[in-house]
Amino acid sequence: MAGNHDNKRRDFLQLSTITIGAVGTAAFIWPFLKSMNPAEDTIALGTTEVDVSQIDEGQSITVKWRGKPVFIRKRTIEEIEEAKTVNISDLKDPEADVDRVKKDEWLVLVGVCTHLGCVPLGQKLTDSKGEYNGWYCPCHGSHYDTSGRIRKGPAPENLAVPPYTFLNDTTIKIG
Amino acid sequence: MSGNSEPRKYKNSVLNWIEFRLPIISYFEKEYGDYPMPKNCNYFWSFGALATITLVTMIVSGIFLAMNYTPHTDMAFDSVERIMRDVNYGWLLRYIHSNGAAFFFIIVYIHIVRGMYYGSYKYPRELNWILGVFIYLLMMATSFLGYTLPWGQMSYWGATVITNLFSAIPFIGEGLKTWLLGDYTVGNATLNRFFALHYVLPFVIFGVVGLHVAAVHVHGSNNPTGIDIKSKNDTVKFFPYMLIKDTIAVCVFGVLISAVIFFGPNLMAEVDNYIPADPLVTPAHIVPNWYLAPFYAILRAVPDKLGGVALMFGAIAILFILPWLDTSKVRSCNFRPMYKWFMMLFFVNFFVLGYVGMLPAEGLYLLIARIGLVYYFGFFLIITPFIGWIEKPKTLPASISDVYLGGGKDLPSAVTQKEIH
Repeated sequence: MAGNHDNKRRDFLQLSTITIGAVGTAAFIWPFLKSMNPAEDTIALGTTEVDVSQIDEGQSITVKWRGKPVFIRKRTIEEIEEAKTVNISDLKDPEADVDRVKKDEWLVLVGVCTHLGCVPLGQKLTDSKGEYNGWYCPCHGSHYDTSGRIRKGPAPENLAVPPYTFLNDTTIKIG
Repeated sequence: MSGNSEPRKYKNSVLNWIEFRLPIISYFEKEYGDYPMPKNCNYFWSFGALATITLVTMIVSGIFLAMNYTPHTDMAFDSVERIMRDVNYGWLLRYIHSNGAAFFFIIVYIHIVRGMYYGSYKYPRELNWILGVFIYLLMMATSFLGYTLPWGQMSYWGATVITNLFSAIPFIGEGLKTWLLGDYTVGNATLNRFFALHYVLPFVIFGVVGLHVAAVHVHGSNNPTGIDIKSKNDTVKFFPYMLIKDTIAVCVFGVLISAVIFFGPNLMAEVDNYIPADPLVTPAHIVPNWYLAPFYAILRAVPDKLGGVALMFGAIAILFILPWLDTSKVRSCNFRPMYKWFMMLFFVNFFVLGYVGMLPAEGLYLLIARIGLVYYFGFFLIITPFIGWIEKPKTLPASISDVYLGGGKDLPSAVTQKEIH
């Protein structure tokens, strides 16, 4: 009986030692893993202010936000019309145009293809804009429309809309 | 004194002194001197030695390159150009390293083909095969990390595409990607850690290679007949026979790689990588290194993001279980009349996948990639298990020596072997 009692104490000691050891090891590893996440100064670069007064209708500019290209396009009436008249249920990633813009003429998008991260073409006037008059990703052939929504190709989602606000009529703060 | 009682195994007293404290001399004598190799091994069996030598060459040339390389987004590209133009023999170091990587994969692919064709992965060498696949995985990771370092357009966008593969994982994907990059996009934090990992992984590979070699030495090397060693007559000692044979292989290999290093150093390079990285402009056509292209073809053949990523990693992972997918007891394809041809077709198919992986994924190329994808998985999951059940293998020779005694034209070599023993 005494031996049995001893064994129970031994089991308890063994288990609690292993548990404490495991917790300690995990606590030790955590700072190392965490150090690989974006550093404070990287996160601090999180906002960009853009003056959009020089952009004409139909033109686009590309600005950098968090190291990524952000597309700002001043859409033409036809482009807005095109974006609004699409049957939403036909879309791969259904989203209405009104949910993707704050002002109809200004379309602000993260210019990173949602497939594997390439920058789609369509910013320059000479670029191919794809079959839906928006953007075309040359890497694996994704086509985006005038609202930046995925219409054809392997990309799973629409081009992301970054958080942004209009500081005034001609200044956009991204981030 | 205890010194007097030390055994005198070798003539050299220094060797005896070391051996008594660390029996490393006898270990090397056993594993690389007396180690019995099947005497019928052909030159396919030299590729393990070639791979080891190439690994050492890569580590040495890499260390010297690192002495002149700067892992910073503003300076990396220029530091590589400085190595090419100003550092003494820097061009040679870099061309050895970049072409060495390509040749390393050529050698390892031939080594894998050898292992598959002659059934080296089967009992009792399964763990050896698993360690080998693990080395192959580490090599792919290391070469990908290294390709990022020159910070050209292909470096940058290759790194972007590959790290984005992880974002396909549901729920944790985006967070995992950011954690791997240390930034929201491929940036300076990414370049720094890629350099650190690219420096350390080859030493990890070296360690696993040590296990890989130790594991094969336990049950001995396979041979073209695939049958076990029955007696001493079936073998020759590693030293000097196989060492001399491997040395000839190294000489031929040296001529080939030198020809490329000196006369066509950019044959296997992408011109776009001589354009500095630009995070705002993607090259029109992103191409992986040719040695990763078959898997890239599989990725693009699937019209779904997660599906493509899963099948691409699955194509590599499936190699791990090959020893258990193969139901045949016969190792060598020389004695497997049906499987032999499916195996050959698998090699051709892998080559074709690599070819279309470097071309745009559209039209006919996409169709070929899809057919190749089906055969790749079909070979492992359907053909390999079923052929083992229905195939009638040829009669195996009684022993390795028998091959020489039975075949008339090989008789002279059999006589030579007898004289040696």
